[in-house]
Amino acid sequence: MPRKSAAAEEVGIDIDEDVSDSDDGDNRRRANRRQGGGRGGGRGGAKGRGRGKKADSDEEEDDEDEAPKGRGRGGNRRRPANKRGAGKNNDDDSEDEAPKKKRGGAANRRKGGKAQESEEDSEAEKGKKGRKGGKKGGKEEDNGKGKKGDAKGKNKGKDKDDDKDKKKKKKKDDSSSDSNSNSDEEEESMSEGEMARLMEEVEEKKKLIANIRNKPWRMKRRLVLLKEAQQFVDKFEGALGKGKGRKWYAYKVMMTKKWIKFQRDFENFRTACIPWERKIKEVESHFGSSVASYFIFLRWMYGMNLVLFGLTFGLVVIPEVLMGLPYGSIPRKTVPRAEQPTAQDYSVLMDFNGYCKYSVLFYGYYNNQRTIGLLKFRLPLSYLLVGIGSFGYSLMLVIRTMAKNADVGGGDGEEGEFTFAWKMFTSWDYLIGNAETADNKYASITTSFKESIVDEQENQKDENIHLRRFLRVLANFMITCSLGGSGYLIYFVVKRSQEFANRTDLSWYEKNELELIMSLLGLVCPPLFETIAELEDYHPRIALKWQLGRIFALFLGNLYTFLFALFDEVNTKLDEEESIKNASIWAMKEYYANYSRLLNDSDSTPPPMDPGDVIRGPCWETAVGIEFVKLTVSDIQVTYLTILIGDFARAVIVRFLNYCWCWDLEAGFPSYGEFDISGNVLGLVFNQGMIWMGAFYAPGLVGINVLRLLSSMYYQCWAVMATNVPHERVFKASKSNNFYMGLLLLILFLSLLPVVYTIMTLPPSFDCGPFSGKAKMFDVIMETIDLDLPAFMGTLFSYAANPGLIIPAVLLMVLAIYYLNSVSEAYQNSNMELKKKMQMARDEEKNRRNNKDSTNQVMKDLEDLMPNRSLSPPAPPEPEKPPEPEAKPTKTKPGSAGKGVNLQKDVTLASPNPNARGPIDRPPGPRGPGPGPRGPGPGPGAGGGRGRGRGPPPR
Amino acid sequence: MGNKQTTFTEEQLEAYQVALHGRYRELAPHLVPLDYTNNPDIRVPLSLIVTMPELKENPFRDRIVETFSEDGQGNMSFNDFVDMFSALCETSPRELKTIYAFKIYDYNRDNFICKEDLQKTLNKLTKGELTPEEVTLVCDKAIEEADLDADNKLSFADFENMISKAPDFLSNFHIRI
Repeated sequence: MPRKSAAAEEVGIDIDEDVSDSDDGDNRRRANRRQGGGRGGGRGGAKGRGRGKKADSDEEEDDEDEAPKGRGRGGNRRRPANKRGAGKNNDDDSEDEAPKKKRGGAANRRKGGKAQESEEDSEAEKGKKGRKGGKKGGKEEDNGKGKKGDAKGKNKGKDKDDDKDKKKKKKKDDSSSDSNSNSDEEEESMSEGEMARLMEEVEEKKKLIANIRNKPWRMKRRLVLLKEAQQFVDKFEGALGKGKGRKWYAYKVMMTKKWIKFQRDFENFRTACIPWERKIKEVESHFGSSVASYFIFLRWMYGMNLVLFGLTFGLVVIPEVLMGLPYGSIPRKTVPRAEQPTAQDYSVLMDFNGYCKYSVLFYGYYNNQRTIGLLKFRLPLSYLLVGIGSFGYSLMLVIRTMAKNADVGGGDGEEGEFTFAWKMFTSWDYLIGNAETADNKYASITTSFKESIVDEQENQKDENIHLRRFLRVLANFMITCSLGGSGYLIYFVVKRSQEFANRTDLSWYEKNELELIMSLLGLVCPPLFETIAELEDYHPRIALKWQLGRIFALFLGNLYTFLFALFDEVNTKLDEEESIKNASIWAMKEYYANYSRLLNDSDSTPPPMDPGDVIRGPCWETAVGIEFVKLTVSDIQVTYLTILIGDFARAVIVRFLNYCWCWDLEAGFPSYGEFDISGNVLGLVFNQGMIWMGAFYAPGLVGINVLRLLSSMYYQCWAVMATNVPHERVFKASKSNNFYMGLLLLILFLSLLPVVYTIMTLPPSFDCGPFSGKAKMFDVIMETIDLDLPAFMGTLFSYAANPGLIIPAVLLMVLAIYYLNSVSEAYQNSNMELKKKMQMARDEEKNRRNNKDSTNQVMKDLEDLMPNRSLSPPAPPEPEKPPEPEAKPTKTKPGSAGKGVNLQKDVTLASPNPNARGPIDRPPGPRGPGPGPRGPGPGPGAGGGRGRGRGPPPR
Repeated sequence: MGNKQTTFTEEQLEAYQVALHGRYRELAPHLVPLDYTNNPDIRVPLSLIVTMPELKENPFRDRIVETFSEDGQGNMSFNDFVDMFSALCETSPRELKTIYAFKIYDYNRDNFICKEDLQKTLNKLTKGELTPEEVTLVCDKAIEEADLDADNKLSFADFENMISKAPDFLSNFHIRI
């Protein structure tokens, strides 16, 4: 019954088979098939092969003789033997042994159903054959095969057959060697071989069972086949004693499934663990990957800041709180008497003065005790190391992320090939069963299509290049001007604020002028730049990069003028400090002197001075820290207010006033806001720079930043979903976020400079902070080396600090960088080369397929010139008959033309042409070099030879 | 899913078939008998099949059901039903999925995916939110990318070639039941 259905569907199966088998042995199989077909035709058509046929049938008889013998021996094993026959046929087909092919039609058809075995399958069957050969006696087999090969070789004499012969010989060798190895087994008992054969058979069935679901058949048919195979296996597996393993096997399969499921669940769990993944996906599906890239960046920043936060709080702040001296114990931990009345005022606290200033948040609070607490925690050392360590960690992380992103960028170079087709056919996730998810998916697919459309339109754009260039230069000029202007403005304001610093009667505006101006610039300039950038008409992705670069320059200018102003302030404070230091020492002496004089008792030690009364230095580190914290906080305020007013209020107004307004607010002027990617990204980067710079002087800043990032994630996610509309041209973010990372790296480097400078050169304040009393901050390291490490470590370090060692080390590093750089360049080159090659291969493939359709004009022309051919369809892959008789005079082997690959045939069709028609007055056209040598050449025979010579390579 | 477990024992196979049969019967309790021993010729119409939670959000649900039904109209026998989940299950091989995906996207069943098919696919995927020009552009580009023999439609070979390189075809083209 399976046979019947198989017969009915044979054609269909064959097609499916051909198609579905594409994975590994595709080419080979296809070639084989063609060969088989060709030979089949040839056998019918050509007469001179009677002998070959006879030999074939002889061989076949041999086989048939064989089979009954086996049956006889096996007794009740008739069926397996039969099946084996079928299986062998199957094998034969895939190995292309024509002689055996015409064996029983039914079996053949049966095999048609099963034919789709994998490569290993046929390997296995080869092995089986070998064993069989062994049983028969290696020599006999050899003879038979050799004969067969000879006969065929003589009769057909085609290269193809040579080829096949070779294959066969190889197989023969296999079989003989196999037979040798198996011979001892066979001597033991005959049924051993039977057993083996049966085992193969069972294996094969099992394979069928395992593969049956790979076949695009209707379920009914599959079930029938399956049942049959299963029955067979059930029946004989037990006989072979293999049934024991079955339970184990089922168990194993079950465990594999369980394992897969576990992995899946684990994967889900891991995805669920990624914070805000769903939020970001939601934003991405509505606003495109460019907006999502901001949120991903924000999340990344949050992760990094969490680590920094952990470092700072775990190693500096918390030890100080837990083990350090409490508030009010020493002057640096106490609010000075003069400030005490206002120290708790809200306005003072908001300026981070008063109690805020004398808290763990700032540098000045920390004591210079070498070790604190029972654990002898070296706080000053820890403070310095954490300060440097956070930079080291950030650098490492940024660079590692960049490298990883670059890796990703290199990996998917092929992506451009099928952008739209893949989106169309593979983007829908069939697993989606939730209406909301489905809506998001629709949105995201639409968005991604729009992104690709924007890219595509950009590719197709071409216009007046001179105008474009002029506009771009103009835009850049304008932007440079405004950048310079804003830089000067900041410089001016900073100067003014230094004047204000000496005065006490300051209005609120004058006090906050600097921050106000900077925030205002940050508010005004980016939209201005964006407007100017309209002139340039870049692709939105590139425009974003430009915009980022420009605003970055603006912020950088701000930052650096701010920093220089700060340094001025620090310098004046340092000068001031000198005098105060003397005054403070003098006051202390005076206090003791007064004490002893008043009591007239020089022996008793005076009680320590009230910490609030001690004269303090200005403590420039805390001042710097406060400056940074203030800047950060005002930045947060401005950002949030901008969102609240610029986006939310606007959205509310547009939405609700639209009912009673004279024009359409939603579509017309104010409309809803778009999400400002560049501004937000740069805000983030700039803010991070502030954190890096300020964290050393204000350890609490990292905590503030973590809070900011956390709240900003929720706040901005909400704001973007609630109040913004997607960009007019939704564009795809570049695959790697490396541009953002690059900016971050730059700002990290820039913020590293001033901090390291202050650590290395400026003297720390004499009466505040963990390094007070030392000449330089890094002296704390020297101290540790001297006091805590064994002496030889000290000498070791002094050697390491020797210029004689450092210079070679630097040289070595430079060399290493140079070497790695050149290596990476070489790789890049080869990468490009490979990409180009792939592209070329693809084009070629396309062209070749096109040629098959005779879109190639030259081919068409040539074919038209052929005699008797003008009526036949151009270069048909199927009609093999017409070429054959016609080509006969020129070619000795008629079959070869028909059996060639399609392309090959085109060539062979074209090539004999000039030979067949000696005088040809038409110029051969672009094919020039081809006919040239051939035309006058050796004549028909050579033409055929040439045709044949060309045949084999593709196979 | 029935056939997915063919490496299992008979009983397990039965169990899965029973489970699937339960799902099948759930769709149309009045049509499908509990007893399936003598293979009654019963077909559940398309409108009922697509209400399955696995399918109901799928933009191609009608096409899927039509493709797998033997009569091409979406009336599914139990065997078709099993067939569908067998082909769409996670472990079914890429080749098989490719064949069925091709059939699903070939709306007019001419064994080619032509521009009209693409337009239909695209409109279902985006809920018709693209403008006609964009649709045309996308369809043209998709054909241009994948069409290797320049006949302005995608044959199965083109489709297979394209799909075989797609990174997330396998992960997206399956249903868990």
